Amino acid sequence: MILLVAAFLLWAFGWWLNVRLASGPLADSRAVQLLVAAIFGITVLAVWELLVRGLQVPMVILPAPSLIAVRFASSTDVLWADFVQTFLKGALCGYAIGCGAAVLTAILVDRSEFLRLGLLPVGNFVAALPIVGTAPILVMWFGFDWQSKAAVVVVMVFFPMLVNTVAGLRETSQMQRDLMQTYAASYWQGFFKLRLPAAMPFIFNGLKICTTLALIGAIVAEFFGSPIVGMGFRISTSVGQLALDMVWAEIFMAALAGTLFYGAVALIERSVTFWHPSQQG
Amino acid sequence: MRSALAVLTVVAALVAFWYAACVPMNIRGTLVEVERAGAQVVPPGAAQRRGMGAWGLIARNGFAVPATWAQERPRLPAPHQVAVELWNTTAMKKITSKRSLVFHGWVTLSATLLGFVIGTGLGILLAVGIVHSRVMDMSVMPWAIVSQTIPIIALAPMIIVVMYSVGVQGIVPKAVISAYLSFFPVVVGMVKGLRSPDAMQLDLLRTYNASNAQGFWKLRLPASMPYLFASLKIGIAASLVGAIVGELPTGAVAGLGARLLAGSYYGQTVQIWSALFAAAILAAALVGLLGLIERVTLRRMGMA
Repeated sequence: MILLVAAFLLWAFGWWLNVRLASGPLADSRAVQLLVAAIFGITVLAVWELLVRGLQVPMVILPAPSLIAVRFASSTDVLWADFVQTFLKGALCGYAIGCGAAVLTAILVDRSEFLRLGLLPVGNFVAALPIVGTAPILVMWFGFDWQSKAAVVVVMVFFPMLVNTVAGLRETSQMQRDLMQTYAASYWQGFFKLRLPAAMPFIFNGLKICTTLALIGAIVAEFFGSPIVGMGFRISTSVGQLALDMVWAEIFMAALAGTLFYGAVALIERSVTFWHPSQQG
Repeated sequence: MRSALAVLTVVAALVAFWYAACVPMNIRGTLVEVERAGAQVVPPGAAQRRGMGAWGLIARNGFAVPATWAQERPRLPAPHQVAVELWNTTAMKKITSKRSLVFHGWVTLSATLLGFVIGTGLGILLAVGIVHSRVMDMSVMPWAIVSQTIPIIALAPMIIVVMYSVGVQGIVPKAVISAYLSFFPVVVGMVKGLRSPDAMQLDLLRTYNASNAQGFWKLRLPASMPYLFASLKIGIAASLVGAIVGELPTGAVAGLGARLLAGSYYGQTVQIWSALFAAAILAAALVGLLGLIERVTLRRMGMA
């Protein structure tokens, strides 16, 4: 009972603090904005902990954050092995192959107006389909190991990336292309000096969308069969053993990997497209 | 007209590529079958052929090529096999039959729609809250954005099992997964949409002495419609994926995800492909329907 009251009080205090900070004089500074978000996150975690303890929720329904943290710290070797298997081997390989192939295809498609007209609607259509469903087929073709997961990721990231790159390569204006022509630039000179840089914001938009898709593909593909290592495998087997603290630790790992992956791509974007208005200010 | 021709050309090229891919993918299995049926295969015996490439086998056994498109359980079924299976399991079966894809599709669709409605409703409510309250904006919005970068679908098996252990099963757990998958895209899109009126328009309403509520109903909400529809399309696709993935850990009873899983257990490739296409058609229909509603709505509003 005391814990429940404490949870309620903590929530009220956290909210009050945030209201004060948000309406305070420094509300527009970056530090306060980060602080408010952090206070909210910490409050949620603390309330979760107190409620689970106060209501004595069994661990097979919802483990307390402290238990998850302990589990995370004590099984870093397992988590690391899963991370290597699913993220570094499956997701990252597939991401590189899929995005690379999509950019190359887009460059080919871009040379022909007819192909572009035909491929863009098809690409947009396929990008909306539940492509994770191909996982059982690809697992059957490429075996249980990470190659099949990489294949699923390739299929998943290809079309969103293709659509974005093709759209980006059309981003230059007639005036800019005419200028290249007056310089007597060859197709490839015009491509590398004008159109590819102009397409970069679009390409990076696609790359950022694909970071999440890659992780989803690699994890879900493991639900259809995998060796005895990997994030998706660990999640599905730990759920079966009702070891929910392990499941949450693995989900935390996946969240961390996803955020860092996205952050890394966003950082590269900053340094490549520093000239773009969206990167300034 | 020209673009329709272009699309048809691309689709035809894809189908042709698919047929061509069937040949090297299936040649080994086909050769075993035709040899058993008594045909002369070069070289004879599956063991002899093990070291050879698929293309070498095709070159020496050209007669077996048509058979690669008609296998019982091929590694890659030909398009017409999938089409026939789709036709047989939708139009030719009673929709209450366990083998009917309409039955399985409905199981998945009902969970998808229920989850989508819940997720979208809550998402719009939260977005309204975020736009009107600075505290909520600063505390919740960063987390909503971060949630877009993490594979939250990984929670799906746990939600199914945990809800099962507290006695909730059937459509609800799948709908919960669908709901939270469509929730975050809608929040992020809707916040963007509700903020899309520029300062000039907001100032105009202020000179009219409009209240906050009037500003919301007359300016912010209408202005957010294009953003809302864009995120609804993303949301419904995510909901469908959520419902399909939600069907995997329950032991494959009913639904398109269950068809996929059962097909992969028993090596029924044609069944997997037809379930996959059923899911694709469902997704396309849902997104297309939303697109239609979007076009009608925006035209009525004079925005398109």
